[in-house]
Amino acid sequence: MSTYEHATGAPCTADTADDLAEQDLYASWEISRRSFLVSAAAVGTSAAAGMAHAESSAHPKVAEAHTMPMELRINGETHRLTLDTRTTLLDTLREHLHLTGSKKGCDHGQCGACTVLVDGRRVNSCLLLAASAMGSEITTIEGLSNGDDLHPAQESFLEHDAFQCGYCTPGQICSTVALMDELKRGDASVVSFESGHREGVPPLTDEEIRERMSGNLCRCGAYPNIVAAVRAVTKGAGA
Amino acid sequence: MNPFAYERVMDDKAAVHAIAANKDAKFLGGGTNLIDLMKDNVEHPSTLIDITRVQGLAEVSNGGAMIGALVRNSDLANHADVRKNYPLLSMALLSGASPQLRNLATTGGNLMQRTRCYYFMDTAFPACNKRKPGSGCAALTGFNRIHAILGQSEECIATNPSDMNVALAALQAEVHVEGPKGKRTIPIAEFHRLPGKTPQIDTTLKHEELITHVALPSSASEFATHSYYLKVRDRQSYAFALVSVAAGLMMEGDTIKRAALAMGGVAHKPWRKKEAEDAMVGKQANAQTFSAAAEILLHGAKGYEHNSFKIEMAKNSVVRAFSLALVGRTA
Repeated sequence: MSTYEHATGAPCTADTADDLAEQDLYASWEISRRSFLVSAAAVGTSAAAGMAHAESSAHPKVAEAHTMPMELRINGETHRLTLDTRTTLLDTLREHLHLTGSKKGCDHGQCGACTVLVDGRRVNSCLLLAASAMGSEITTIEGLSNGDDLHPAQESFLEHDAFQCGYCTPGQICSTVALMDELKRGDASVVSFESGHREGVPPLTDEEIRERMSGNLCRCGAYPNIVAAVRAVTKGAGA
Repeated sequence: MNPFAYERVMDDKAAVHAIAANKDAKFLGGGTNLIDLMKDNVEHPSTLIDITRVQGLAEVSNGGAMIGALVRNSDLANHADVRKNYPLLSMALLSGASPQLRNLATTGGNLMQRTRCYYFMDTAFPACNKRKPGSGCAALTGFNRIHAILGQSEECIATNPSDMNVALAALQAEVHVEGPKGKRTIPIAEFHRLPGKTPQIDTTLKHEELITHVALPSSASEFATHSYYLKVRDRQSYAFALVSVAAGLMMEGDTIKRAALAMGGVAHKPWRKKEAEDAMVGKQANAQTFSAAAEILLHGAKGYEHNSFKIEMAKNSVVRAFSLALVGRTA
């Protein structure tokens, strides 16, 4: 086992079960991190000496990973995988199923680049465990189009040039698709409340669009065109 | 993130049984706070007990007054009865986080949300009594812009970051919990704690207890016509409060019959004082009355290097929130 695997949190094994019983998991993590630094230095030295591969003599005491079989429904297909329980839905999509449309921006639920639809609702896939998503229908950016026929939200983003680098775009589009359904249901936003609109579908002003899209950040600042794209595709929605 | 065992439970009894059997286990709801903190090694449970599919806890009933602990924040905010009878709660919920996060976050999880104190959330800082009891409080002399001005201790000046909790405090909700020995009810005012000497303990919920419901008094629906949740923050949306105010009025002509008032962003728990509400009863609804209530609520406030501005801001926000509540619904 290479030290690199330890560092990335991929499945590792403890020396013995007794080792684990002697310490709580927090302590074992701390040890593994220190050991990694030592091991990483050892790898560097070994590489300089022309060795192809290095094993640390002080084997890190890392708590044993828990893996479990999972069945996930993604874009209408069933996927059966055995994953570390720590795996988020986002990492499952990108690293295990190679559905790389959903992006990892912050990995902390702050940027919205990882937005996917779970049972038709937009969520941050970086904060949802794959295990928790079992039993739900997941739709990613890859599942929005019907063959070469793009979803109207995708068309609208193209039409309005609603991106620059494009990294946040899959999340922005998934968010827009969910926003369209939320409008149909008559969901409120805090802007509708502030404008005194408390029942039914609120008028979709630009202020409403900005509030409802606030969970998706765009580092390039393509907001004016994003608002235009959302405005166009939701035309007719709202009072 | 430390490795953990995952189990999914389908009913409340199984949930309570599972948590009582493992002192290092935690319940997993929406996970928007817990998974985030686990990624940064602030939280490190040995087992996650996924309660999101527990039967019977995802419904809103009784005209919006009985709320299941698993109702997602977006569903609660948009429930027709809640919007009609408890718009203050809807508005508070919609002021928090983003649509994506509100779709995941649950009512029970929001109650259990931990502080956003930078020093608590980042293990690179050695001192945090909440994360590591006895290690000190880095925020006392650090960058304490978002920290408490009321109810704090020398051990901790963190604030409760929730918007929902502030509305629940103003509406005087009750938290229904279930443990191995049966059920009990905790008034919202007693659910969240002040830090004192034990800031690592956020709430009075016991480890082996499951939150099942949040109940609102039906009389609180009388605030529906005149209520407002004001959130003051560094950016318009998707940011935590510097200060927030949940304000409700029951009017009899021009006179205040009853008032509801709680503040967020200022203390380790939603800040409510009955005396501040009582001082408004029988008075004319005007800036002078609101300001007098604000003075009572903020009495004893103490600022630090970067957050002293909050004291005046809090007082002004109380006046503004009640002024907007008085205008009432227009549609």
